[in-house]
Amino acid sequence: MVSKTQNAKFDAKKTLEVVEEQFQTLQILNEAGEVINEAAMPDLSDEQLQELMRRMVYSRILDQRSISLNRQGRLGFYAPTAGQEASQLASQFALEKEDFILPGYRDVPQIIWHGLPLYQAFLWSRGHLEGGQIPDGVNIAIPQIIIGAQYVQTAGVALGMKKRGAKSVAITYTGDGGTSQGDFYEGMNFAGAYKAPAIFIAQNNRFAISTPVEKQSAAKTLAQKAVAAGIPGIQVDGMDALAVYAATRDARERAINGEGPTFIETLTYRYGPHTMAGDDPTRYRTADLDNEWEKKDPLVRFRKFLEKKGLWTEEKENEVIEQAKEDIKEAIKKADAAPKQKVTDLMSIMYEEMPQNLKEQYEIYKEKESK
Amino acid sequence: MAQMTMIQAITDALRTELRNDPDVLVFGEDVGLNGGVFRATEGLQTEFGEDRVFDTPLAESGIGGLAVGLSLQGFRPVPEIQFFGFVYEVMDSISGQAARLRYRTGGKFNAPITFRSPFGGGVHTPDMHADSLEGLMAQQPGVKVVIPSTPYDAKGLLISSIRDNDPVIFLEHMKLYRSFRQEVPEEAYTIPLGKAEVKREGTDVSIITYGAMVHESLKAAEELEKEGFSAEVIDLRTVSPIDIETIVASVEKTGRAIVVQEAQKQAGIAANVVAEINDRVILSLEAPVLRVAAPDTVFAFPQAEAAWLPNYKDVIETAKKVLTF
Repeated sequence: MVSKTQNAKFDAKKTLEVVEEQFQTLQILNEAGEVINEAAMPDLSDEQLQELMRRMVYSRILDQRSISLNRQGRLGFYAPTAGQEASQLASQFALEKEDFILPGYRDVPQIIWHGLPLYQAFLWSRGHLEGGQIPDGVNIAIPQIIIGAQYVQTAGVALGMKKRGAKSVAITYTGDGGTSQGDFYEGMNFAGAYKAPAIFIAQNNRFAISTPVEKQSAAKTLAQKAVAAGIPGIQVDGMDALAVYAATRDARERAINGEGPTFIETLTYRYGPHTMAGDDPTRYRTADLDNEWEKKDPLVRFRKFLEKKGLWTEEKENEVIEQAKEDIKEAIKKADAAPKQKVTDLMSIMYEEMPQNLKEQYEIYKEKESK
Repeated sequence: MAQMTMIQAITDALRTELRNDPDVLVFGEDVGLNGGVFRATEGLQTEFGEDRVFDTPLAESGIGGLAVGLSLQGFRPVPEIQFFGFVYEVMDSISGQAARLRYRTGGKFNAPITFRSPFGGGVHTPDMHADSLEGLMAQQPGVKVVIPSTPYDAKGLLISSIRDNDPVIFLEHMKLYRSFRQEVPEEAYTIPLGKAEVKREGTDVSIITYGAMVHESLKAAEELEKEGFSAEVIDLRTVSPIDIETIVASVEKTGRAIVVQEAQKQAGIAANVVAEINDRVILSLEAPVLRVAAPDTVFAFPQAEAAWLPNYKDVIETAKKVLTF
């Protein structure tokens, strides 16, 4: 029951301030790699900690190589990920294989670690239909291009899991700009109303292409947007892999226990441009701001933490780097071997059965393609 | 066999498929306890429970997204868009998402969604309720667009739509919901999508139409008969893809054709039908193919609705132009 205010002057501003005060940033590892919040430490074995570091290093190399492959014209659409490794990979690390990821277009590392073969990610980037042919048993959607559309679909996937009685969750990602979309709210609101097992993540990297987060909303935090949907919201240090992992794992547990969805805002930064299609961050970001965020780097911080525990060495890191480079080389080779894309191939994947108009056009293109 | 109105036939089709396939889910605004604003889902929640037939929050984009997400989990969603004028709110989920799921995943996933929605003029609705937006939807590769004109067709086409493994927009003309009854079998039956039906045979002119205009065209054909003209009336039933074979066979026989739609002239299916006839059977034509359509304004205010909507008199007038060319 909502209690009524009695004998008190009504203060509308206060109602907002009270909400905003609730949203403190969860941090476990500080920039020096020291644990500052022992109580929130997630339960991870040494092997798991090493594996998480391995994935972050690997993905940093993948990002560097992807940028250079793009510049050489050997990759198509690419949205750089460096800076967001903790936010992306520690949240994915908190999942189980049966959980379903609905990514945005920058969230390719998560779906690779969830099982999408690297060469298919490359084919997707190049715009080849085999890139979207997700292997059986890999629970992901193809990266969403429309900002926010994945949020409403996540409510559906999560509701479907609930109806099937599955002990799994649907997880989705957008950016700070995405939280301005109507679909952002509709997705969380639907999932909340149905108590569906969903995790909604907004990776707040401070810029939606060029528009700073301050211009997206009057809301002090994005996390507080969960309040309107009636679901828990939490803001975490998105450069801190342990905080991201802990928040996601916690959200997952609540979801599979039937307690409904959670919204997580990760505070992060993308070092590179929005995409490789001509964006120039120097038009909207200062070098000072870049430097400030690079000091918070998720890999540096996690490496320090692991080194202190004796779990990471330069040698180990170099092994990962070499492995990543090798895998990328192989994956590109495999992507290069994909059959040439034909218009008739596109026609055959429009419907289960080609309607008459496509059948006619198919014959015309088949003839053209045979020449 | 029972005598049913179109709305009863639709409820019957939904019930049939809810019984037939446990993955069929019916949802939308007010479709649960309330049975939908037109009672299309009357009694279904009671029979199948809230897990299968349920209300959604009031947000069309959310409903569309829910449907796409549920298809990713192997369900066969049948969402209702309360009035088709609200489709603009859910265009991305339909045209940007459901229509492209199979394509985007190279054939791995599909969206077997049937978006049901009432539309159509003549019932004095507020703005954004009555518009004929089928032309807009028909421009989207990846979806099929179905518009029944009778209770019998409504049941058979809806069952086919639900069983179809690709997204279907199933549009229900509000004026036809309760305008007449027809014998409708109680058992399940299907009518193939993409197949037109000759609703009346004739030899002098082909009247190609769909939806509520089928009835105006049939009435016009009767009047023309009295004047000695034999008109054939073709009900497209599926407006995307259209059944070219049936159209071509008819026009080859009659040598004359008109296309009748309730939508504005600029907004329609009719232009496509005319183009297909020109592409394929122009040498069979004795006269140009003309169109009967509403004028190119926004859907009429209710006070002008009757004058704005095409009717049988317009059909007669246009048919005569072609017949006497």
